[in-house]
Amino acid sequence: MRSSCVRGSMVLSPALLPRLLTHAARWGTSGTRLGGCKGLWSSPRGLALAGETAQPVPLPSQARVVICGGGIVGTSVAYHLAKLGWTEIVLLEQGRLGAGTTRLCAGIVSVAKPISIECKMADYSNSLYERLEEETGVKTGYVKTGSLCLAQNQDRFLSLKRLASRLKVMGIACNVIKPKDVSKLHPLVNIHDLVGALHLPGDAVVSSPDVNHALATAAASHGVQIYERTTVNRVMLDKGHVTAVETDRGAIECEYFVNCAGQWAYELGQASETKVSVPLHGCEHFYLLSKPPAEPLQPTTPVVMDMDGRIYVRAWQGGILSGGFEKNPKPIFTEGRNQLEIQNMQEDWDHFEPMLTALLRRMPELEACEIHQLVNCPESFTPDMRCLMGESPGAHGYFVLAGMNASGLTFAGGAGKYLAEWMTYGYPTANVWPLDIKRFGNLQSSRTFLRHRVMEVMPLLYNLKVPRWDFQTGRQLRTSPLYDRLDTQGARWMEKHGFERAKYFVPAGKDLLSLDASKTFYKPDWFDIVGAEVKCCKEAVCVIDMSSFTKFEVTSSDDQALELLQYLCANDLDVPVGHIVHTGMLNERGGYENDCSVVRIKKNSFFIISPTDQQVHCWSWLKKHMPKDPNLHLEDVSWKYTALNLIGPRAMDVLGELSYVSMTPEHFPSLFCKEMSVGYANGIRVMSMTHTGEPGFMLYIPIEYALHVYNEVMSVGQKYGIRNAGYYALRSLRIEKFFAFWGQDLDPFTTPLECGREFRVKFDTDIDFLGRASLLQQRQEGVSRRFIMLVLEDHDTELDLWPWWGEPIYRNGELCGTTTSSAYSYTLERHVCLGFVSPPSLDGTPATVTPDFINRGDYEVDIAGQRYPAKAKLYPFSSLFAQQRRRKDNMELSNFQGK
Amino acid sequence: MWRSQEGNKNSNPVVGSDTPFENVVHFETLPRKKGQGGSPFPKRIHSVIRCRTRLQRAYGPDNIIPSCVACENKTENPENKVCVGGGVCPGCAATMPVTSQLFRSLPRARLWGPSLLPCQPQVPCCPLSNQRASSWPPAFPKRGYRRSPGLQSYNLSPPQVNSILKANEYSFKVPEFDGKNVSTVMGFDSNQLPANAPIEDRRSAATCLQTRGMLLGVFDGHAGCACAQALSERLFYYIAMSLMPHETLCELETAVEAGRALSPILQWHKHPNDYFTREAQTLYFNSLRTYWQELIDLSSPGESLGPREALLTAFKRLDSDLSLEAQVGDTNSFLHHWVLRVAFSGATACVAHIDGNDLYIANTGDGRAVLGVQEEDGSFSVHTLSNDHNAQNEKEVARIQGEHPPSERSTVVRQDRLLGLLMPFRAFGDVKFKWSIDLQRAVLESGPDQLHENEHTKFIPPNYHTPPYLTAEPEITHHRLRPQDRFLVLGTDGLWETLHRQEVVRIVGEYLTGVHQRQPLTVGGYHVTLGQMHGLLAERKARASLVFQDQNAATHLIRHAVGNNEFGAIDHETLSKMLSLPEELARMYRDDITIIITQFNPHVIGHQRQGEKS
Repeated sequence: MRSSCVRGSMVLSPALLPRLLTHAARWGTSGTRLGGCKGLWSSPRGLALAGETAQPVPLPSQARVVICGGGIVGTSVAYHLAKLGWTEIVLLEQGRLGAGTTRLCAGIVSVAKPISIECKMADYSNSLYERLEEETGVKTGYVKTGSLCLAQNQDRFLSLKRLASRLKVMGIACNVIKPKDVSKLHPLVNIHDLVGALHLPGDAVVSSPDVNHALATAAASHGVQIYERTTVNRVMLDKGHVTAVETDRGAIECEYFVNCAGQWAYELGQASETKVSVPLHGCEHFYLLSKPPAEPLQPTTPVVMDMDGRIYVRAWQGGILSGGFEKNPKPIFTEGRNQLEIQNMQEDWDHFEPMLTALLRRMPELEACEIHQLVNCPESFTPDMRCLMGESPGAHGYFVLAGMNASGLTFAGGAGKYLAEWMTYGYPTANVWPLDIKRFGNLQSSRTFLRHRVMEVMPLLYNLKVPRWDFQTGRQLRTSPLYDRLDTQGARWMEKHGFERAKYFVPAGKDLLSLDASKTFYKPDWFDIVGAEVKCCKEAVCVIDMSSFTKFEVTSSDDQALELLQYLCANDLDVPVGHIVHTGMLNERGGYENDCSVVRIKKNSFFIISPTDQQVHCWSWLKKHMPKDPNLHLEDVSWKYTALNLIGPRAMDVLGELSYVSMTPEHFPSLFCKEMSVGYANGIRVMSMTHTGEPGFMLYIPIEYALHVYNEVMSVGQKYGIRNAGYYALRSLRIEKFFAFWGQDLDPFTTPLECGREFRVKFDTDIDFLGRASLLQQRQEGVSRRFIMLVLEDHDTELDLWPWWGEPIYRNGELCGTTTSSAYSYTLERHVCLGFVSPPSLDGTPATVTPDFINRGDYEVDIAGQRYPAKAKLYPFSSLFAQQRRRKDNMELSNFQGK
Repeated sequence: MWRSQEGNKNSNPVVGSDTPFENVVHFETLPRKKGQGGSPFPKRIHSVIRCRTRLQRAYGPDNIIPSCVACENKTENPENKVCVGGGVCPGCAATMPVTSQLFRSLPRARLWGPSLLPCQPQVPCCPLSNQRASSWPPAFPKRGYRRSPGLQSYNLSPPQVNSILKANEYSFKVPEFDGKNVSTVMGFDSNQLPANAPIEDRRSAATCLQTRGMLLGVFDGHAGCACAQALSERLFYYIAMSLMPHETLCELETAVEAGRALSPILQWHKHPNDYFTREAQTLYFNSLRTYWQELIDLSSPGESLGPREALLTAFKRLDSDLSLEAQVGDTNSFLHHWVLRVAFSGATACVAHIDGNDLYIANTGDGRAVLGVQEEDGSFSVHTLSNDHNAQNEKEVARIQGEHPPSERSTVVRQDRLLGLLMPFRAFGDVKFKWSIDLQRAVLESGPDQLHENEHTKFIPPNYHTPPYLTAEPEITHHRLRPQDRFLVLGTDGLWETLHRQEVVRIVGEYLTGVHQRQPLTVGGYHVTLGQMHGLLAERKARASLVFQDQNAATHLIRHAVGNNEFGAIDHETLSKMLSLPEELARMYRDDITIIITQFNPHVIGHQRQGEKS
């Protein structure tokens, strides 16, 4: 087996010769090997570069793309760009190819990843590495060993079963097996404390330096120019576009720059003219290499992932390679010590002790096995455990692919492919929003924040992830002015984009709910609390602090603002002043880039309310399409307003009393906005919408009035039974009414037609808008997937597993889709899942969804392997909506009904 | 095996105190087999061997008798029954250390006879022991232990261990003024672990109020705790007096004469278990007053003794006062009994006087003071500030031999003991080694009845020709504190015979700095299996975690002294076994341990030194 994990050098390919020559000359033996290889090499470019000079080859003065980073990620991007037909690609590496984390990578390619897009990338990487040896002739050490994910407890077993059902949807082979089957597959595993395992036969091990080398070779053969020992100092921008890259060996003009600098991507981002925030931070990662035991392990021995023991184990040269993700990681390079190459870092046996204990517990026979080495290999981690991919929001042509969270090898192939597609087509062929670098902004760029957060993220890789888990570190960064008030009233908090939002309020009498008691796949302990909040929303009035929303204002001197938004938004915004319009912002394909509510404040002034995590993405989307017009002005006013959502039938009474204005639907129809006074405070934007379909109002309060208005509302509301509520209640109210969430249900590949929002598209006007052509075409052809609501039947809320997301949907026993979100509806007393279904394709062409497909069919939702019958619905229950439909146009729901 | 040990004893001379475990090392370095103690012997036997070696050093190989004193109160045990294996008279239970109380419920055999007065552990042929020597052959202890396996298997939980270790701990922080600590001393941690019941060690700490400086001392009593108790109450007053300038002494005298309240002389820093003998306070005060009156007479205005002189005078004066009080006696029969007990028992003293950058150590006996010095690389090294006064100190041997006629050359130090009996070569009290035979007889005859009845008070050391053989004169060391001097450890021999001073300083240094200066492990080219590495790491982890268990450096040190296994790591099993010994066995395995660890303030020291230079 050629898998070599810790070697610094590799078999040299002639394509890489010129740069390596000076170093190679030192190694007597490799000199002869070079001579032999050169003859075999036929690429003219390769030969052209292979000058026999001792001097490094000068850099080209210009290129189309400059990729910084010669690790597995950088070479994968180069490879895929070249495959997509790009030319003039230059790859720069500060040290030698694969000298960073790649050199030390444990070499496991596994599809056992928490989210589907990651599974997809892993699956693609696996198939890429498998064929790479044949394609390039470079040995990669690829062995399809399969892998075993072990479960020591029922909760872990559940999460593995959930993973299995998601993998099945993707067509990836996997088997849930019994402990005794584990011992059949692996000779050393102690199975006494196991409850089960997941076997992934497709998983593989490779030698990552060799894969890196193979990718580089293949890229070079497609014309990519690779320069080692070249450090990128700075990226030059002009008018927000990348223009050139400054290196220690001169500048290269270029259109695109790709930051694949791994560990150093953060610093490289900071070094560009406009700082690019690449929020990642390094941690030390340890793994152990052993000498072969008395009976050496076969190279095909499956990889073992014992997440409860926090370790992984693979066969390595007859012995084992075992590392883990400890509870107390050691962050490094916080000060940004920029080293040319990663030094051989200290082994720390005391730190490794818990993992060694876990290893010997899992494989007791290894006790007699001799130690070869303890490897310390830095890995970079991001604030949310997902990698960073895509174009940076502030600099056009500046792409990033970094922060692999210790799965660099597993993701490199797929991520490189998606990024190459992104650069080629403007967007990848799959929804990569969970990985999009635009989910972060400058606010996640603080070194202290990153240092603290990655210490949580690294152990999280192997933690059991139960529904609704939140990060515990790096909290209380952004808070509403009411934070302390709500906190003392028992608020329990979650975080979104750095903003603290209340989940629910623990009533005063009730003792503290421990965090652990909420960590369950079953009915959580807050069930009754949220139920009471929902009930109050339905019958009286509740206040939810929703200040985290992203709020923009577009103004212009003339009607440029309207023009811009008419082009960007699918719905018609040419409405009277004071009207609120729910609309999507679509891309060329008609998919949702953003789902927002737009208020026409003045004739030429619009107030845009978007989801919290859209702050960076929506801003960059708007900026990208905004004409350079000094009279058109876009401003982020998120921080200026505190948003209070008054939900419930008595909301109008509370507001009426506070403003001496009649708030009844006759005087204040739905989806309407007025500036008015509440209490002493003037200039409050009151909007008759609640984001839940319930009657009520959103108050956008200039921040200094927030406490006053809140106090007034609470004291006046007393007699109407007002109480605080949190986002869990909001979520339940929304989902039972079939409201989709952007980012969960809606993504850049979902069109309004697919989710039944045709009524929010201005088809009946002649106004052109982004995505119109695609939508018209889709309307013509019919949709091949449809967003539906599934009401679980025969599901015991008390005893059965709760749905979360990602559960497969079966129709008449056939797989037809997956859920995207779910919640318990206290009104229906049933679980509601939202998800997409598509009919099976007939001879390759996608079939269109017909009402019959939805309405006639026995639907089932598969929760961790168990199927629950569900009633599929295309439209929400009209009974859930209060009778308050007043406005003729743009009614939130009437069109649903009328369709 | 027991026999063979005894047979070897002469060819195996007791080693210097710097290598406390030389005799047992060959067992401890044997490869440790999993699931088996660490030596080819079962752990229990191993401990017995280890214990025996300690005792050999403590009392001389011939003198080991399995005598354990549960109490000194003879009346509580009227039949004088000799017994072993547990048993406490009710009167002692109240003052018994936690250890003993924990085990009161253990099955017990008979109580080994208590003996009231002089030197009972180190007297090999005292009438009581002689009497029993025939009925209890020397091989008895071993057999006795073997018969009681139940004692060995008794295990303590970690909280129980902690409650035993922490029962006597005391910490003092020098108060800060205006947010700044201007004293060179930051504070001290002290603790005691009894092996004798009741404990014979004492400790004292006080701040001088009339003069500057802080006094700290550890006292190791033998033949009872009376002398050590008296020292712990009185010695610091004598030192404080000696240090006082003429004027202050005069003020004091005027105040006493006028019946005014005295301004306090010492501020004591005491643990609730450190007590004062209330009944004797008048007696003590009168002696003290005589002393200061003499000091006033001898000095002239503006004069005071230097610290060196003061310590020397105070030590000698107190010892002579102890002796004098016993000779004079007291009309109160309790006090009369008490002063005799004080004089006939003995105690060593190791006292530190710290005033600014000046550190004086006055040492009498085998207590020891060492300084922990932090080197530039952060590691700790030892600076020893006292010499042990025992047979391992050649100078002391020469001194004693020189003080007596050449005819006594072979008898004055025998088997590493003074007159073959006493381990320390200097001590307070112990009038049996100081008074003439006639004086001893006269005093005892005029003494209280219960003293008279006790036969072995009449015992005179062998070869007793030219008394005095013993002195309380201290050896005084002066040290100018440097910024790198981080702490001072005062300890009784119970500590030093279990831990080497280098180890003591390392443990304390690591504890105080919070840095565990363990070498990072590297495998290098060695052949290490995963199992071996795992075992090693577990040891290191256990060791590291214990640092955080103690809030008191002295407690931490005792934990190491008692619980260290052969790897130098604290082993709960060892700790639990050592602490769960019934008190009559405990003395066989360890001595009383008393420790005071004083922490210095390097910033103040550095500042003061700079001020002096300029």
